[in-house]
Amino acid sequence: MNKTVIKDFTNGLINENPTFVQLLGMCPTLAVTTSAINAIGMGLSVTVVLTASNVFISLLRKVIPSKIRIASFVVIIATFVTLVQMLLKAYIPVLDNALGLFIPLIVVNCIILGRAEAFASKNSVGRSAVDGLGMGLGFTCALTILGCVREILGSGSIFGFAIPFLSENPAVVMILPPGGFFVLGITIATVTAVRNRRKAGKDNA
Amino acid sequence: MLKDILVIALGAVLINNFVLVRFLGICPFLGVSKSTKTALGMGMAVTFVMTVASFITYLVQQYLLVPFHIEYLQTIAFILVISALVQLVELVLQKTSPALYSALGIYLPLITTNCAVLGVAILATQEGYNLLYSTLFGFFAAIGFTLAIVLFSGVREFIDESKVPAPFRGFPIALITAGLIALAFMGFSGFSIS
Repeated sequence: MNKTVIKDFTNGLINENPTFVQLLGMCPTLAVTTSAINAIGMGLSVTVVLTASNVFISLLRKVIPSKIRIASFVVIIATFVTLVQMLLKAYIPVLDNALGLFIPLIVVNCIILGRAEAFASKNSVGRSAVDGLGMGLGFTCALTILGCVREILGSGSIFGFAIPFLSENPAVVMILPPGGFFVLGITIATVTAVRNRRKAGKDNA
Repeated sequence: MLKDILVIALGAVLINNFVLVRFLGICPFLGVSKSTKTALGMGMAVTFVMTVASFITYLVQQYLLVPFHIEYLQTIAFILVISALVQLVELVLQKTSPALYSALGIYLPLITTNCAVLGVAILATQEGYNLLYSTLFGFFAAIGFTLAIVLFSGVREFIDESKVPAPFRGFPIALITAGLIALAFMGFSGFSIS
């Protein structure tokens, strides 16, 4: 029992990381990683929606007819997104402003619908919750890494604190749209290289 | 009025290109751009759906959500309209134009989860456009999407035949290429029309 919990959790966090391995949910990944704080905010919002919708869909998995399941999933996900949007507006308006359009767009984030279809609609409530949490935190970690890299290079600061020397002449292009593509491309290539090396190591041993 | 339309058109197609500047619709942009032919098909399907979607979501917003003071249901209402619309388009095309249907067929279901469609609807209400401007905004945003995906697919066809270091093969090199195209589009951001 404990083993499956850990396996479900690390599956999303590392082995099948939604951003670096499955390459899902690219729009918010590129758009909001201009600073580390925004990246964490976006990641956690997605985690909340993903976990809640996974639990809810898992609870209803025997009630929802399979023909209209996608539409039902979308309505459930949209409900939680609206909740998160209203909570952010009320309690963290700064973050709501920074993420703007990309909060309502969590609805069409393919990670969430993907997990609903591939996992929550087939597994128990507990496992679905753990899976949602793992995938969500994997997404958050990936976004935070990208956000840190782009903020350090593009604004010469980290979590809003200026770094000496770097902050005098930052490479502004890194926080502009092209920088998002460059940083993500190079990061995925690095992750692939590391995975390939580990795989080759295993084959030799 | 003509000037307003020009501002919307240039803004949506070039200055704030939906894919390369606003980061909307990245999934189909990276997923369906392996050949120019499929890219053009996707572009056409998206153009059609986005134009009709911005028209209908405007009506839903003005005549359903605002009178009943339920604007907070915007996200749910819009996504339902869009997914119903995509299904409807699929059914109508299947009956009336089998040729077009078989050309666009596989791309149509994918459009529901294209965030550019929901994005354009929400942006149009935020900007406070009227019915005509909302529809035009949707149309030109989709033209911008088509322009980006067709240009990108052309470059990708070349990349397929060149030598790329192993870890960069596939997705990463595509992202770097998209970054270079986005860099070119940054040149338009100097424009200001008023």
